[in-house]
Amino acid sequence: MSAAQIPSLVVENLTTRFGSDRDGATVVDGVSFVLTPGQTMALVGESGSGKSATALSLMRLIEPPGRIIAGRVLLDGRDLLTMPERGMEDVRGGQIGMVFQDPLTSLNPALTIGRQITETILAHRDITPAEAERQAIDLLVRVGVSDAARRIHDYPHHFSGGMRQRVLIASAISCAPAIIIADEPTTALDVTVQAKILRLLHDLQQEMHASMLLITHDLGVVAAMADTVMVMYAGRIVEQTDVDTLFHAPRHPYTKALLACVAGIEDDRSVPLQPISGMAPDLKDLPRGCRFAPRCPLVQDVCRTTDPALRAVSRSHSVACLLVQEETAVV
Amino acid sequence: MSDVVMQVAGLTKSFAARGGSSGSVKAVADVGFSLARGETLGLVGESGCGKSTLSRLILSLLDADQGTVEIDGVDFITAPAARKRNLRRRIQIVFQDALSSLNPRMTVGVNITEPMRLQGLGTARDRRAEARRLLALVGLRPEDEDRYPHEFSGGQCQRIAIARALVLNPEIIVFDEAVSALDVSIRAQVLKLILDLQQQFGLSYIFISHDLGVIKRICDRIAVMYLGRIVEIGSAEAVCGSPAHPYTKALLGAIPIPDPRRMRIENLGLIEGDAVGVPQEDACAFAPRCPMRFDRCLAERPLLAAASPRHDAACFLLNSGKQGNPP
Repeated sequence: MSAAQIPSLVVENLTTRFGSDRDGATVVDGVSFVLTPGQTMALVGESGSGKSATALSLMRLIEPPGRIIAGRVLLDGRDLLTMPERGMEDVRGGQIGMVFQDPLTSLNPALTIGRQITETILAHRDITPAEAERQAIDLLVRVGVSDAARRIHDYPHHFSGGMRQRVLIASAISCAPAIIIADEPTTALDVTVQAKILRLLHDLQQEMHASMLLITHDLGVVAAMADTVMVMYAGRIVEQTDVDTLFHAPRHPYTKALLACVAGIEDDRSVPLQPISGMAPDLKDLPRGCRFAPRCPLVQDVCRTTDPALRAVSRSHSVACLLVQEETAVV
Repeated sequence: MSDVVMQVAGLTKSFAARGGSSGSVKAVADVGFSLARGETLGLVGESGCGKSTLSRLILSLLDADQGTVEIDGVDFITAPAARKRNLRRRIQIVFQDALSSLNPRMTVGVNITEPMRLQGLGTARDRRAEARRLLALVGLRPEDEDRYPHEFSGGQCQRIAIARALVLNPEIIVFDEAVSALDVSIRAQVLKLILDLQQQFGLSYIFISHDLGVIKRICDRIAVMYLGRIVEIGSAEAVCGSPAHPYTKALLGAIPIPDPRRMRIENLGLIEGDAVGVPQEDACAFAPRCPMRFDRCLAERPLLAAASPRHDAACFLLNSGKQGNPP
């Protein structure tokens, strides 16, 4: 990762809230990050941590009663959050391609898959329908759909789960986006199919030198795919660093506990399971101080009164924990 | 662990083929295994392999076309109604979606003890006491008995479903994807509870999951299913440590390991196709996807045979010295 890389997307202090000011929940709370061309950043967390809300917010797809209350999302120097809706429509599917978990609900069941892909292309490119169809066939071939010239006339229900996800990926990359947002793209798939879809996403991203934001709850997928990782807990980013550091020198107690949990399941049976006690806090009723304090094995008194900010502990590693000191021997 | 509590043999179930055409699909074909007291048997496979149909056949929630499910020597499938009702107490199930498996209109206490009422066991007072005892046993508070399922999280609902599965003092519990929908931190909590209860009561478990990682962690023996049939069965160590069937190898190779130093996307194993379609009776069902296939695989179906002591696999390459790893 060269420091001179020009970022493809800069997210600053993104904050999204559901419900009223008094009785509501801040589901995305001051999230900031930078996507770099050719790199994959994973956003990992458990259900309700705010990872999908983060993706929807930066695409401006949050529906009322949710609303973005602060932040900037900069693409080519323009702020997506203040852009007219018309411009945003060009960005979605144009500069930013999206792949979601459930390809069956993301695809329109009443349209042939050829039509769904050509519609995306025609919305962004000034070409003839025949040319768009030719491109759609090329895209389907590229994502590994065999007999594509015939299959563009089929409907989504004619395809298996893995094939539908390939169709969705073809649609997402149809306008050669600079950024791919993939939200749990393989969660509903069998493990042998997941392996192939992950490889496809990786290969396409490398070919296009695109940035990828990969949202997942699966630390195995993170280890396989990510260059950098953000760990999200109760609406906040609690740790952010490169993938090797995250797995081998994590600093936040939540990251450590999560990895111990997974290692306990991965390991042989002589190693006891190490669950994290309790559960994630209710976002409408957050504890004072650190949000992880009620479950933290290292909790101190100060953690129950002071809310930790995300601070840099080294050049490429930030942690939101009061107990973590800056690394003095950074070379 | 030679004390066998359940013996399944020749279990088969067909469904009419989709699209109204003639013919049928064997969702479960000639499945057999034994379960020893205190043992956990894992059933692993991908969607459509027949593992959930198998769980329903074992519990007699679905009628088998052929085969037997003997519990302590009595065939559960053909037992007369009264006998069947008694046998039902000995085997219970916990499903994936705990919230929808609980009755939303009943309190948690009533949900837990409903099987007692249906079996005509105990007074209302006995049942309340039992609900409170079981809630404490699964890590909830006895006073939660008066609350309703929707007031609980997914992990807590699964604890309630486990309490209900325990209420008739069964010998066998079937867990059908029971932890698959839970977050990783909660999954570890529930798995720990499941293992603790087994220790405490000497229960036998059949643990069904698509997640070989979890299966590997908690099972003594593992059966791998592919398109309705068991293709490999043996101790967890043998099946995961020296897998004999190419499908088992493919499954193991496709699991991303949560350590970037051990596995990156380039090392993730890939095999052709997916497990869809109707397998041919006179061929290996995995042959179309198998990197090791040869002529015989397409002309004849391999039967389960010993790969090593107490470890069977259905593959012609068994002990042929030709077994490589899938590319």
